[in-house]
Amino acid sequence: MTNATNGAVTVIDYRAGNLASVARALDHLGARWEITAEPAAVARAERVIFPGVGAAGAAMENLRAGGLCEPIRAVVAAGRPFLGICLGAQILFSHSEEDGAECLGLLAGNVVPFARDMRAGGERLKVPHMGWNTVKVLGPHPVLVGVAPEDRFYFVHAYRVAPADESVVLGTTEYGVEFPSIVGRRNLIACQFHPEKSGEPGLALLARFLAWDGGAGAR
Amino acid sequence: MLAKRVIVCLDVRAGKVTKGERFEGNVDIGDPVAMAERYYRDGVDELVFYDITASSDRRAIMIDVVRNVAARIFIPFSVGGGIRTVEDMRAVLLAGAEKVSVNSAAVRRPALIAEGARAFGSQCVVLGMDVLATGASRAFPSGYMVKIDGGRAATELDAVAWARCGEALGAGEICLNSIDADGTEAGYELTITRMVAEAVGIPVIASGGGGRPEHLAEVLTAGKADAALVASIVHFDTFPIPALKRALIERGVCVRRTAGT
Repeated sequence: MTNATNGAVTVIDYRAGNLASVARALDHLGARWEITAEPAAVARAERVIFPGVGAAGAAMENLRAGGLCEPIRAVVAAGRPFLGICLGAQILFSHSEEDGAECLGLLAGNVVPFARDMRAGGERLKVPHMGWNTVKVLGPHPVLVGVAPEDRFYFVHAYRVAPADESVVLGTTEYGVEFPSIVGRRNLIACQFHPEKSGEPGLALLARFLAWDGGAGAR
Repeated sequence: MLAKRVIVCLDVRAGKVTKGERFEGNVDIGDPVAMAERYYRDGVDELVFYDITASSDRRAIMIDVVRNVAARIFIPFSVGGGIRTVEDMRAVLLAGAEKVSVNSAAVRRPALIAEGARAFGSQCVVLGMDVLATGASRAFPSGYMVKIDGGRAATELDAVAWARCGEALGAGEICLNSIDADGTEAGYELTITRMVAEAVGIPVIASGGGGRPEHLAEVLTAGKADAALVASIVHFDTFPIPALKRALIERGVCVRRTAGT
């Protein structure tokens, strides 16, 4: 499915998530997009969005069965701007404790569950972490300029990333623990929240990603 | 800190938003897409659409609404009403909804919750519950019975037990509607809301009775709810979303502020 023939942002379809939401947000921003499950289309993509909701095990099975792991590694290595969203952020790491899934390993570290007994201010914290929360941006990054401390983004997840290398953490969020909610390295950036469902601050972040050349600012 | 959510509920019949579920003769009050856009601009945190269409072409009309809403608002929304199978769920999710809400069909066949969670993830499956105060008894230890079919039919399910069961089956959230409070605008049913919110580890949306800002503040603090559902008071502009949000902030409730707040 596509609304364009060339110069589009490539949205990877691996049957794990609400691609319609991403496509509608891109339409709203006037971006051209293609949704594809074709390994060759992913490998030659100029810009990639890697969305995802659901469980890590099934997602990785779909990626492997679809022959998409190598094209994803290749397009990241080629320096193309690459945005992971939610589950698409988690499975960039080495391993997920959800389903014991071996993941893509583009970033070192694991995906771990929130504790079930977290409390804050005397209240039990529910899991999944569902709703609108803030993000503390840790350093300058072209995709993150303009994210204000009071801006809220929509989260829904029961697992969180635990990078081995702290330098990939670009932003954090507080929910029982302070966890990495935006990670990235060079041309790769990934957020735990859903920018396509986060109102104006989310759309602004997507717009900056669409304008990003993949360089400058990322560590 | 995670914000408490204000959610607007729109009952949709034959493609129009309607009000007066408890009474005969529903009145059409607007176009769901236009209303969704207005609430989005006003800073609502989430929307819920309930399909109360009775006719056989209901599915197609609702899917059309969902598709048009998804193209215009960029916050999460769920769809409920008449969801009986995984295929029903798939249709609304593919059209652009984030979540589906199951109610009577899940009571009749609890496996529906597990099937939905397995196919789409727990975060997609909301268990809607209509509960009625009965007084505590052996049959209903919490003092609240689950009712189905829009509150018309009794069940043997205790409200707290069914909430726990729904969580165990894989529901990602519970939307708890008090039949006693619904339509009264006299405040949410704090007792059962708190009991359910404390009994489960998943978020709970309080529904029924929200008439004034202090009612929302109450159920989001003393009632332990994670979100509060409103309908009439915003549909009829008694308390627009920005006014509700400002009133919640004044009462120390953490909510999402937008340009309009």
